[in-house]
Amino acid sequence: MRSRLHCAGWAIAAAALGGCEGIQSALDPAGPHAALIARETGYLFAMAGTVFTIVMLALAYALFHRRAGRQPVADGTLARWVGGALAVTVVILLVNLVVDLRTQRALAGIGSDEALSIEVTGHQWWWEVEYVHEQPSRRLRTANEIHIPAGRPVLIELRSADVIHSFWVPKLHGKHDMIPGYTRTIRLQADAPGVFRGECAEFCGHQHANMALYVIAHPVEEFDRWYAQQLLPAPPPADAHAEAGQRVFLSKPCIVCHTIRGTPAGGRAAPDLTHLASRRTLAAGTLPNTREHLAGWVLDPHSAKPGVRMPQNRLSRNELDALLTYLEGLR
Amino acid sequence: MSTDEVLASERRQLDETWSGRPGFIGWLTSVDHKSIGRRYIVTALVFFALAGIDALVMRLQLATPESELLGPDLYNQFFTVHGTTMMFLFAVPIVEALGIYFVPLMIGARNVAYPRLNALGYWVYLIGGVFLWTSFAIGVGPDTGWFSYVPLSGPEFTPGKRADVWAQTVTFTEIAALIAAVEIIVTTFKLRAPGMTLNRLPLFVWSMLVTAFMVLFAMSTVATASIMLALDRLVGMHFFNPAEGGDPLLWQHLFWFFGHPEVYIIFLPATGMISTVLPAFTRRPVFGYTILVFALLTTGFMSFALWVHHMLTTGIPHHGSSFFTAASILIAIPSGIQVFCWIASIWSGRPVFRTPLLFVAGFLFMFVMGGLTGVMVAAIPFDQQVHDTFFVVAHFHYVLVGGSVFPIFAAIYYWFPKLTGRMLSETLGRWHFGLFFAGLNLTFFPMHALGLAGMPRRVYTYRDELGWGDLNLLATIGAIVLALGVVVFAVNVVTSLRRGESAPDDPWGADSLEWATSSPPPAYNFHPVPAVGSRSPMWSAPPDLPQVTGLAFDKMEQLVTSTLDAVPDNRQEMPGPTIWPFVAALAIGVTFITSIFTPWGAVLGAALLLPPLLKWGWPKPKHEVHA
Repeated sequence: MRSRLHCAGWAIAAAALGGCEGIQSALDPAGPHAALIARETGYLFAMAGTVFTIVMLALAYALFHRRAGRQPVADGTLARWVGGALAVTVVILLVNLVVDLRTQRALAGIGSDEALSIEVTGHQWWWEVEYVHEQPSRRLRTANEIHIPAGRPVLIELRSADVIHSFWVPKLHGKHDMIPGYTRTIRLQADAPGVFRGECAEFCGHQHANMALYVIAHPVEEFDRWYAQQLLPAPPPADAHAEAGQRVFLSKPCIVCHTIRGTPAGGRAAPDLTHLASRRTLAAGTLPNTREHLAGWVLDPHSAKPGVRMPQNRLSRNELDALLTYLEGLR
Repeated sequence: MSTDEVLASERRQLDETWSGRPGFIGWLTSVDHKSIGRRYIVTALVFFALAGIDALVMRLQLATPESELLGPDLYNQFFTVHGTTMMFLFAVPIVEALGIYFVPLMIGARNVAYPRLNALGYWVYLIGGVFLWTSFAIGVGPDTGWFSYVPLSGPEFTPGKRADVWAQTVTFTEIAALIAAVEIIVTTFKLRAPGMTLNRLPLFVWSMLVTAFMVLFAMSTVATASIMLALDRLVGMHFFNPAEGGDPLLWQHLFWFFGHPEVYIIFLPATGMISTVLPAFTRRPVFGYTILVFALLTTGFMSFALWVHHMLTTGIPHHGSSFFTAASILIAIPSGIQVFCWIASIWSGRPVFRTPLLFVAGFLFMFVMGGLTGVMVAAIPFDQQVHDTFFVVAHFHYVLVGGSVFPIFAAIYYWFPKLTGRMLSETLGRWHFGLFFAGLNLTFFPMHALGLAGMPRRVYTYRDELGWGDLNLLATIGAIVLALGVVVFAVNVVTSLRRGESAPDDPWGADSLEWATSSPPPAYNFHPVPAVGSRSPMWSAPPDLPQVTGLAFDKMEQLVTSTLDAVPDNRQEMPGPTIWPFVAALAIGVTFITSIFTPWGAVLGAALLLPPLLKWGWPKPKHEVHA
């Protein structure tokens, strides 16, 4: 409710045009970082709106005021007005600077008792997500979805495996670039459980437009259950059909790039598929995770995401059907 | 003979001396700043139209979610070529073109300082532009953005020749820009009419002078960067490869050290145009000459201290980034001063509502809006949300189209009679202004909201469920309106060239020297060459401008004056028409284009370039001294 009121308060122009709502809107913050920035946004819009209105009124007056019988304005008078406007400008700019520095300081001061630490690596065009734990057996690798406990700050380390990407989940925080050769650390926090969409914000080649991720905040216990479940290896095939599907997976090129824990598949060039069926989308937010889309994706990834690194696959109808059954069982 | 008859015969003689050869050969060999300036202007406007059509197709692609008009491959080429063309082939060249044409006329000179070098600059620019667009047409247009960030544009992630095309296009246009800068600096410092002290220099010339110095520093930086990129790609250097100790951020520092001054390189001449147009349409000199000159100089200096604000999301240390935030906020002060002085001029003047004044008013609306969103994005936390989103696309189109293209249109309506001897139609001018202004706001205003709603830049598509469709459709409709405005302008130019009302020497009753000669000006610009006693020579002295006498009629002579006070120094004979700049430009073209494919291109190029340069510079036998 408060964020809704805020939203109505600031950015009247943008709000009127529908900028406020949405799963990816910077004006609808869901965490303390984004909320602070949204408050600064509100100040900046108020400042810009006021100055713009005043200057435009002055321009309109200058253009259209009635001059009949009037003496031209003396240069001394003009100089006083220009000097006054200049003084006001300097004051406004200094206030801006102060607001900005205070916002930065407040951002830096937000909670540092991180619940956990996550490494996120940008790839062309997907996100590798790895939960850090001192016990190697409790490290967890997944892709394109970041699950976090609500109400707790999490530490995120940003890296890139190839070109520059930018990590951006507008409802939680501003964007931070992922630059090869560098590691950047940021904190995120979601106030309440929810789903927040993010998208790569630095042009990274062909499929820059289809490089999305979801941050899903759970209540703490639910998060712990999720984590424990994700640590398990992939469930074994449930029936003979699924077992045939697993054989397809392991005998086709899939195995070169993908990992399914609990099987010999251990490739790291592409997303970990151990719990593929538990995810919301395929191909980094490109397609909803349904059997039909999965079928289309496996056969011809390039029709949904032209230029993607995954090759086309030639599979018979039976092979495809078995493979889909197997993959759908990876919960 | 009467005085008039004497003058007429002297002018005939000068015309014979200064006119180049006729026909196609004459066109290739011309070194007259007016014919080079004219073709520069036309070429830049053609690239403006091409890049505009390009943008319109991009808008059609984005009009609806998940559209399949352009795939990612084409879309990425389209936005790269749009940005590269607008920045390197339109915005900088058109202001330099107007400078090359009008600076000599506004300071009472007969040509630019190095006429042959000037010709070389144009040809190199033309070859660079044609090279980019030919590559685009045959499907190897660059696709890594006008900023070509490494490592994406490096050899590993962009194999093939696309990024090379970009790098070489940039190198071509940098050479042209550096040449134009040298021309403008030397012409302004040494060829002013007697009496035109720096303190009386027209504001447009001041703005071109400051810009030219900025070009020297900024363009040499980007030329360095583009050559380093070419070396990474061609001969396996690792300047930008982190695996071998190179640094991708180095590219960003070099690029934005050029890239930020670049926007002021585009903007400052536009402010000069505003200060030039205003006096004629407010019937008073611009208020605050001295402070306006100071604003130009401070902006020029400060623009080199802002580049890091393009990199606020890269993780620059807080202390450092705060410095650049402060600088980015403070540069609003000189811009603010300029806006206040212009509004004061309008307030105390008597506005004449002709098309140029409409464009000035439109400029103030657009530029103030874009300037304010610029102050907003200087704030680091806010910038981290809107950086690389459509909010920033909106911001810089307000600043660049509003801040530069509006003044350029104002200047074109204002100077067209001088350029062509004909007036542009006022009715079509108003339609042009109305459509262009409405179209721009309709296109770009909604983008502010799109950016805040989370839409990143440089995406060829977006999901329906994100709810960005309506605003994108609105922006596309705006782009069509905007394009109609440009079509009206083109129709206006074409019909006015044929049937426009013919223009007197000084149709606007303006105050600067270019209006002292005929429309269009003769090959020798002025006879007699005027002498200047004030900042508004056409207002304070007509019809008796004091004159210079004693320049030869049978040689291309130009008076050289002192740098500060424009006291006559000596007479210099100016070089005449020649083919060698054209040949040298062809050789430079062959060098750059072949060196995309093999390092031997540089050797071949040197061999080809040497003869024309030798021939060009070969000393001529001394003229016999005339009695």
